[in-house]
Amino acid sequence: MADPMKIRAAMVGDKVEVKVLMAHEMETGQRKDSKGAVIPAWFIQNVTATVNGRTVLSAEWGPAVSKNPFLSFRFSGGKPGDKVVITWTDNHGDKRTDEATVAG
Amino acid sequence: MNSGRRKVLQGTTVMGLALVAGLIKPGAARAEWNKAAFEVKNSMNDAVKALGGNGATESKDIVMTSPDIAENGAVVPFTVASKLPKTESIALLVEKNPNILAANFFIPEGTEPWVNTRIKMGQTSNVIALVKADGKYYYTSKEVKVTLGGCGG
Repeated sequence: MADPMKIRAAMVGDKVEVKVLMAHEMETGQRKDSKGAVIPAWFIQNVTATVNGRTVLSAEWGPAVSKNPFLSFRFSGGKPGDKVVITWTDNHGDKRTDEATVAG
Repeated sequence: MNSGRRKVLQGTTVMGLALVAGLIKPGAARAEWNKAAFEVKNSMNDAVKALGGNGATESKDIVMTSPDIAENGAVVPFTVASKLPKTESIALLVEKNPNILAANFFIPEGTEPWVNTRIKMGQTSNVIALVKADGKYYYTSKEVKVTLGGCGG
């Protein structure tokens, strides 16, 4: 099981700004180990963010997204106390969902 | 006795339905991933085409912010903002990376067409931000120099 994401969500003017730090190797599949064998690709492919069941962002990623990915975005129509739920799925089918409450 | 048996049968049916529903749900919930686009190598045109952006026009309404010189190619921060009305998606493509397409963000209505993330760059390269807005494609490009070695030159 992957480590939890660090999620911060706060009002910036009338919008909610979300900052997410995920814990993931994001192995490219380009690197080789000390014996010369290729280290297989292992990376997050899909990310979805929802608030009250409404999708506020989704993304498709390749292995070029940096290790321990960072993502930030802003959406309208949110208010303090709302829960931002973020889910990622990697190419092994592993999944992780975490949530944060929008700060005032 | 009989009604008891009926209840058991009904219970089994409900369980069966729940199981079927459970089996269908993960499949339906599985998000899409544009394999064809992420696998394009060596050709920026092919990568843009695989995203449906053939014939994209250059636009000053897309602002891509990144360092001009990245000391560490493993973590290069990018911010892309689009002023194009009805922006639907923002993709980042690195011409000299082994796989050109790095990430594609889908912006629903109500979300600001603005994303900030960090990507890897194998070497100095042109980076393109491809934006789909109101069904059409636009782009902006920028060269980012990557300093090899850990000393930062």
